[in-house]
Amino acid sequence: MKLYEYMGKELFNSYGLPVPEGTVIKSAAEAKQGFAAIGSPAVVKAQVLSGKRGKAGGIKFVDTPEEAEHAAAELLHMSIQGLAVDQLLMEEKLKIDQEYYLAVTIDARAGKPVVIASAAGGMDIEEVPEDRIVKKHVDINLGIQPYHAREISYRLGLKAEFFPEFARILTGIFLIFREKDAELVEINPLILSGDHFVLGDAKITIDDSALAKHPELPRVEEKTENEKLANALGLAYVELDGDIAIMANGAGITMGTIDAIQYHGGRAANFLDAGGGSNKEATAKALEILLISKPKAIFINIFGGITRCDDVAGAFAQVKAEKGIEVPVVIRLVGTNQEEGLRILRECGIEAYKSMNEAAMKVVELAKLA
Amino acid sequence: MAVILDETARVVVQGITGQQGLFHTKRMLAYGTKVVAGVTPSKGGQAIENVPVYNTLAEAVQEQGANVSCLFVPARLAKDAALEAMDAGIKVVVAITEHIPVHDAMEMVDFARRREAVLIGPNTFGIISPGKSKVGIPPDQYFKPGPIGIVARSGTLTYEIVANLTEAGYGQSTVVGMGGDRVVGLSFIDMLQRFEEDPESKAVVLIGEIGGNAEEEAAEYIKDMSKPVIAYIAGKNAPPGKRMGHAGAIIERGRGTFQSKVNALKAAGALVAELPFQVPELLRTLKL
Repeated sequence: MKLYEYMGKELFNSYGLPVPEGTVIKSAAEAKQGFAAIGSPAVVKAQVLSGKRGKAGGIKFVDTPEEAEHAAAELLHMSIQGLAVDQLLMEEKLKIDQEYYLAVTIDARAGKPVVIASAAGGMDIEEVPEDRIVKKHVDINLGIQPYHAREISYRLGLKAEFFPEFARILTGIFLIFREKDAELVEINPLILSGDHFVLGDAKITIDDSALAKHPELPRVEEKTENEKLANALGLAYVELDGDIAIMANGAGITMGTIDAIQYHGGRAANFLDAGGGSNKEATAKALEILLISKPKAIFINIFGGITRCDDVAGAFAQVKAEKGIEVPVVIRLVGTNQEEGLRILRECGIEAYKSMNEAAMKVVELAKLA
Repeated sequence: MAVILDETARVVVQGITGQQGLFHTKRMLAYGTKVVAGVTPSKGGQAIENVPVYNTLAEAVQEQGANVSCLFVPARLAKDAALEAMDAGIKVVVAITEHIPVHDAMEMVDFARRREAVLIGPNTFGIISPGKSKVGIPPDQYFKPGPIGIVARSGTLTYEIVANLTEAGYGQSTVVGMGGDRVVGLSFIDMLQRFEEDPESKAVVLIGEIGGNAEEEAAEYIKDMSKPVIAYIAGKNAPPGKRMGHAGAIIERGRGTFQSKVNALKAAGALVAELPFQVPELLRTLKL
């Protein structure tokens, strides 16, 4: 779960880390009041969960209440990378002497936390040359030690007088990373303003698997209505932009199914992993979600390890009888209780395939005719 | 020979009294796996399927000489269970549980390294050396003994490919699932090295997916291998920024794309299948 910038900064603030004076704004009228509180000059920033906000025009500097109102009105009508802007963060504009990049994240390959820092802050870290990036692994049990902060400070070329404050910030964000089960705590830029640091931005991602441990954190919803519906049922669902709805059991085979569809010239409408071992009821609900996206054809690809073929077939028969399925359906069904599953499908007028590849070819053909 | 797991393994099932634990304990026993103990805190003293249940891992190790553990423990308790197993001297821990928080996974991986234990998973189907033993949940009817070593990130995709291989006459030496999470105990290289050294394994099938850079790393090792490697990477058509079911299967900031993995693997001399069913076809082009 990604947090909005203003949520991240509230978290920083609660850990005693320095953030700019700021206020959240939801209308142009609020912008005028906000400006009166913050004072001139100020900056207004669109609150979206996507990078490249600055380049998309999502940040505006304002010097008067009228400018603030105007900028807010404009930003609240924007959408950035397909995401509508409905909240803004207005902050004091800082004097910037130098911008740094600082993040704590997970190096999946090493299986360890890693600190990433650069004196080339303010730009997308992906565009910073490798020799200007400092990376330092941190022992998960020991956490940040003084030597980490010292070494990184030297390598960033900080003046010695700033070492203690940098160490305090690094220790603070690592603490947030650990205590909040974060996958990423990123500050870009970390601003050196006069004789102190200010955390200029906040990108924090919390591990979805750990959310239950953190009722104190705000909840941010980034999903489409269908995705929410499917996730509430415990199914992994992602909307794609094609017209063949897909259900399979297991993440890998679902990806493989999408690949097979595209290979044969079709386009998948979604990724729906009904899980290994889903029962009849869960499978029926998953099928209903497929129908909502109004596909041209449906492809059900079940290779039953734990999943029972008769459950899948029964669920299909039930949904077909209750909701009606207008579009062509291709089913590949192999595994436990396969014969019973095939018999149920035959009663629904469907001859299931044994080969995933042949079934994929067929559904692409049917979608093209539809 | 097989790698990591053979018929001598003495398995303890953690969470044996739960629904999943019980179901798969029966299936493991039916396959011939030596399940010698179960552990569920506060439920020790009974026997399930003639397997004695203990309160602690230390007892299971002491009384039954357990040396492999299989975890069917809920996500919020899984880290503790894994640490307990490794502290009791278990050298192979198979963590089936999904949705384990990634910070917990990092602590498990760290402890496994310090104890020189093999951590398989989290979020894995487990490991099977066909005809010898299986630890975890793979549907064993599709597996046959033979010369192909398989290492994979995902479960059902592995079953699909294994079924294709078995049908084409290619049995398997050992099949291991590393797990679908971002942080897991094993790397592709850990397994490639073992298969390279295993006299029974004549070729290796690597089943990867988008996200991370484990496949690119594996390619570096494949360059120097004497045995042929055939790879399939799932997720060619996955959009960036979306998790494809597995926590690890996400293309972030242009990293972990299908193309970078395929390019690296091909450059290293691996054969790359475009679809799962092509894996046996590619094997047929080799002299094994």
